[in-house]
Amino acid sequence: MLNTKNKSDRFIYHFNPEETEITMQTKNLEVYYGKSLAMHNADIQFQKNTITALIGPSGSGKSTYLRSLNRMNDDIATVKGQILYQGVDINQPKIDVYEVRRRIGMVFQRPNPFAKSIYGNITFALERRGVHDKRVLDEVVEKTLKQAAVWDQVKDNLHKSAQSLSGGQAQRVCIARALAVEPDVLLLDEPASALDPVSTQQLEQTLRELKKDYTIIIVTHNMQQAARLSDYTVFFNLGEAIEYNKTRKIFTRPKIELTDDYVSGNFG
Amino acid sequence: MNRTQKQSQIAILLLRLIAALVVLILAFLIGYIFITGLPNVSWKFLTSPAKAFTAGGGIGVQLFNSIYLLILAMIISLPIALGASIYLSEYAKDNWFTSMIRTAIEILSSLPSVVVGLFGFLLFVVQFNYGFSIISGALTLTIFNLPLLTRNIEESLASVSDDQRQGGLGLGLSKYETIVHIVVPAALPGIISGVILCSGRVFGEAAALIYTAGQSAPALNFGDWNPFNIDSPLSPLRPAETLAVHIWKINSEGIMPDLTQVSSGSAAVLVLAILIFNLSARYIGRKIFEKMTSMN
Amino acid sequence: MQDQKLAKQLMKKSKTARYERFGHLLSLSALLLIMAIVLGIIIFIATKGLSTFFRDNISFKDFFTGVIWNPGTKTPSGQQAVGALPMIVGSFLVTILAAIVSTPFAIGTAVYMTEISPKRGAKILQPVTELLVGIPSVVYGFIGLSVVVPFVRNTFGGSGFGILSGTFVLFVMILPTIVSMTVDSLKAVPKYYRQASLALGATKWQTIWKVVLRAATPGILTAIVFGMARAFGEALAVQMVIGNAALMPHNLVSPASTLTSVLTAGMGNTVMGSLQNDALWSLALVLLIMSLLFNLMVHFIGRRGAFKK
Ligand SMILES: Nc1ncnc2c1ncn2[C@@H]1O[C@H](COP(=O)(O)OP(=O)(O)OP(=O)(O)O)[C@@H](O)[C@H]1O
Ligand SMILES: [Mg+2]
Repeated sequence: MLNTKNKSDRFIYHFNPEETEITMQTKNLEVYYGKSLAMHNADIQFQKNTITALIGPSGSGKSTYLRSLNRMNDDIATVKGQILYQGVDINQPKIDVYEVRRRIGMVFQRPNPFAKSIYGNITFALERRGVHDKRVLDEVVEKTLKQAAVWDQVKDNLHKSAQSLSGGQAQRVCIARALAVEPDVLLLDEPASALDPVSTQQLEQTLRELKKDYTIIIVTHNMQQAARLSDYTVFFNLGEAIEYNKTRKIFTRPKIELTDDYVSGNFG
Repeated sequence: MNRTQKQSQIAILLLRLIAALVVLILAFLIGYIFITGLPNVSWKFLTSPAKAFTAGGGIGVQLFNSIYLLILAMIISLPIALGASIYLSEYAKDNWFTSMIRTAIEILSSLPSVVVGLFGFLLFVVQFNYGFSIISGALTLTIFNLPLLTRNIEESLASVSDDQRQGGLGLGLSKYETIVHIVVPAALPGIISGVILCSGRVFGEAAALIYTAGQSAPALNFGDWNPFNIDSPLSPLRPAETLAVHIWKINSEGIMPDLTQVSSGSAAVLVLAILIFNLSARYIGRKIFEKMTSMN
Repeated sequence: MQDQKLAKQLMKKSKTARYERFGHLLSLSALLLIMAIVLGIIIFIATKGLSTFFRDNISFKDFFTGVIWNPGTKTPSGQQAVGALPMIVGSFLVTILAAIVSTPFAIGTAVYMTEISPKRGAKILQPVTELLVGIPSVVYGFIGLSVVVPFVRNTFGGSGFGILSGTFVLFVMILPTIVSMTVDSLKAVPKYYRQASLALGATKWQTIWKVVLRAATPGILTAIVFGMARAFGEALAVQMVIGNAALMPHNLVSPASTLTSVLTAGMGNTVMGSLQNDALWSLALVLLIMSLLFNLMVHFIGRRGAFKK
C-alpha cells in the first residue's frame, strides 16, 4: 500500500491496484454547473464489495460527485476528467450511458416508487429491456425483494400500488427495483433521510448484506451511520474531497484538522 | 368617521356591486338560454334532421356532426400535442430555438379562429381539394386546438415530480421510455381534464368551420356505416354543418317559421354540452388534487 | 483483455439508446409540425392578401383610405371600390369601445375576488368567469340578436344593428378574459406591499388603488390587450349583430361592419382568384397583422412587467 499526501490540507488514501480489486475510480474529475465549478479534486478509488460513505456539509458536492459516477449529471452539468469503471473510462461520448446506469444503479433521497404495483415497479425496467417470461420475472421479484429485506412484508400484496407503502418499505422496494437490472455498483444518496430510526436501522442491515455482492457508495449526513456502516469514508468540503481513508481512521484519528472538526461536530 | 375612510367604504361598496353585476350577467345568460331554449328540446328535436322551409325540424345531423368532428379533431391533435408538449417540458433547453417555438405557439393560440378557418379553407378545401368536408373541418379544428392542448398537457407533465423521472433514468432507461411509461401515466388525470376542457372549446367553435366543414348538413343514412359511402355518417368527405354553425347559419339567413324555437333550443343544447364538459373537467381536476394531497 | 471486452460492451449502442433517439425525434417533429403550421398560416395569408396590391395593382392608399367597398366595381370618381376603411374603423371602434366598457368592470371584479372577498371570489366568481369564457361565441351572437339588438332598437331607435350592439356583445365576451388575467396579476403582487401600506395607516381602498393596482399595472395592461385581441378577432358574434353594411359608421346605432364580419359574410360568395376574393384576403391579412401586433404588445408590456413568474 502506498499512501500519498497530496497537499498538507488534503489526504487521499490510495490502494495498491496489485493487491485490491478497484471497481470504480475517478481521476481529475471536475463538475461545472454552467460556468461555475461545483466539484473537483476528488481522485478516489472504490474497492469492490465495500461500503464507502460520502460525508460533508450541505452543498459540499457529495451529490454532485455521486451523480457523476453513473452519468446522471449528463443533462445538468459538464463533467470533465475520467471516471473509471473496472478500468474503462465511462466518461466518454462513445459510451452507452444506459448500459452504464444499468450497471451502476442509483437509489434516491426520497423514496420514488412509480405509480405501479410493487411487482410492476420491479419488473418495469426488465420488461423495457425485453424480458417478458413470467417465470423469470417472478423469480427476480422474489429474489430482489428478499435481498432488500422487504419480501416478508409485501409478498402477499405484490399487486398493491407501491405508492401506498410506508416510506421505509417504499425505499426498500426502490432498492429491489435497482437490483432487478443486475448492477454491480449501488449509489445511494441519503437513502435514509426520509426514514424513521427503526427503518433506518433495517436499511443499514440490508446494505451490510448487499455488500457481499455489490460495491456500495452512500451519501449520508448522519455521522453515526457512516461510522457504523461504512468501510471507507470520504469527507467533502467546498467541492473538494478533503480526506479519504478507512472509516475507523476518519472517525478516530483523522489526518486533517478540518475533518476532525467536522466529525466531532464543531465545524465552522 | 373621516373622509378617507368614507371614501374607502364607498369604493368597496362599488366593487361589491360590480362583482354582483358580473354574477348577474352570467345568471341572466344561462337563465335566458335555458328558459327560452330547454322547452324546445325534446328527443325528437335531438334526433330528427333539420328542415329549411317548414317548422318541426331538429338538430340530429348537426349534433352528430359536432360530435364526430370533435372526436376526429381530438384523435388527430392529441398525438401531436402530446409530442410537442413532451418536447417542450422534457427536452427543450433554455435557448433561442425554444423561445422561438414558444412564441409561435403563442401566436397560434391568439390567432382569431376565423383566420385559422380561412387557412384551413385555403389549404384543405382548395389546395388539397377535400372540399367542404368533415376531413377539412377536423384538420382545421386540429390547428385551432393544438396550441391550447399543448399548453395544457405541458402543464400536466410539469406537475409530475422530478423524482419520478430520476427513478426511471437511474434504472438505465431512456428519457423517452421514462416519459412515456412513467411521467405520462402519472400526469394522466391532468391530461384528461385538459382534453375535456379543450373539447368544450372545440365543440362550440363555429368560425373555423363555416368555410371548412361547410354550412350544409345533407341527410345521412344512419343504416350505412361504411365510411366510403358518401351518405354514410362516417364519410369523411361529406359536408358537415355542426350545431354551432347551425345556430349562426339559421340566425343569419334562416327562413323556417320556427326559427326562434330552433335556435334557442340549439343554443340550450350547445351550452348544456359545454357545461357538462366544464363541470367534468373540474370534477376530475378536484379528484387529482385530492389524490395528490392525500399521498403525502 | 478483460477491460477491452467490457469497453466493447459499454460502447455498443443499446436498444435503449435507439429508443431515445426515436422518441426525441418524434416529439421534436410534432413541435416542428406546429411551427410549420404557424409559418404556413402567415405565408399563405400574406401571399393571398398581398395579391390585391401586387397582382390586381390596387394601391395601398385606395385600400386603406377608401370608404367605398364593392370590389370589382369602380367608385363614382373612377377608382377601384376596395376601400377597407369602413371595416377597419368598425373593427377598431367595437374593440376599443368594448375594452373601455369592460376594463372597469373587469378590474372591479378582479379586485373583489382578490382583495375584498377572496373566499367568495374563489367559490363563486372564479367558476362564473370560467363558465363565461366557455360559452361559445355563436351563443353570444344569438343572445345579442334576440336580446341586445331589440333592446338597442327600442331604446335608441334605428334597426338596432350596429356598433353599439357589437360593443355590448363583445363587452360580455372579453370580460372574463380580462378578469382572470387581472386576477393573476393581482395575486402576483407580494403580500407585504399591502401590509406595509395598511401599516402606514392607508385605508383599504387607498391600498388597493395606490399600491396594489399600481404594482399590477403591467399585468392588467396585458390582460386588456388580450381582451382587445379577442374582440378584434371575434367573427360570428359580431357579424350577427352589427348589421353588415360596409359603410363608414355615422353613429353607434347605424348598421356597420368589421373586418371579420365582411370576411365571414363574403368569402362564400366570391370566386377564388378574382379581385373580389383577393380583396377579402387582404382583409384577412390585416386581421393577421393586427393579431401579431397584439402579440408584440403583450411581449413588450410583459418585458417591463414587475412580478413576472
Ligand atoms: N442543478 C444544479 N444547478 C446549479 N448548481 C447546483 C445544482 N446542483 C447543485 N448545485 C450546486 O453545487 C454545489 C454542490 O451541491 P451538491 O448538491 O452536490 O451538495 P451536497 O453535498 O449533496 O449537499 P446536500 O448535503 O445539501 O445534499 C452547491 O453549491 C449547489 O448549490
Ligand atoms: Mg445532496
